[in-house]
Amino acid sequence: MATTHVNGEIRYLNPPAVEVNKKKYCRFKKIGIKYIDYKDATFLTKFVNEQGKILPRRLTGTSLKYQRKVGQAIARARHLALMPYVTDLLK
Amino acid sequence: MTKQYETVIVLTPVLLQEQVDEAVAKYRKFLSDNGAVIVHENNWGLRKLAYPIQKKSTGFYFLFEFQADPTLIAKMEVEYKRDERIMRFLTIALDKHAIAYNERKRKNASQKKQEESVS
Repeated sequence: MATTHVNGEIRYLNPPAVEVNKKKYCRFKKIGIKYIDYKDATFLTKFVNEQGKILPRRLTGTSLKYQRKVGQAIARARHLALMPYVTDLLK
Repeated sequence: MTKQYETVIVLTPVLLQEQVDEAVAKYRKFLSDNGAVIVHENNWGLRKLAYPIQKKSTGFYFLFEFQADPTLIAKMEVEYKRDERIMRFLTIALDKHAIAYNERKRKNASQKKQEESVS
């Protein structure tokens, strides 16, 4: 970000790309997925952060109905040791 | 009234291959003897666990998908608990979306196999 010091105040030459809030959507409703498989660990890792914790809806944008299904699937995957309960950075 | 179930069992890696097959055959027989119809079986083989169970870091995964009477499930889980070769198990009742999903997955898998065999 090229900045110039004009009378002590930082002015940006090119405006910082403010995150225009792109409309979040529920990927399950959009694609029409009806069942979230607890055995598919690679798919479930999209809904989990680096520590292995479940991401909140406000970040993933999923609707309440499918967020519960995701939570249930992740709980089952964790029970079967397909996914960790808590892990360090690299996931 | 039979419902559709899916059960996954995790066996200790300490077992020899034939002990694993013997354990699996025992449960296959248990299911078929008690009037369950086994729809699908899947052997994932030896897999790394995400966290150690009973100080072990790998396990033999096996999946049964079957139609059975609901009363059979309690009996089956008692068998699982009694068997110390099984470290962990999980039994799920499948709703219609889950059944459709599994059907679709099997169909795609068989199609892929045909494509591979053809090409």
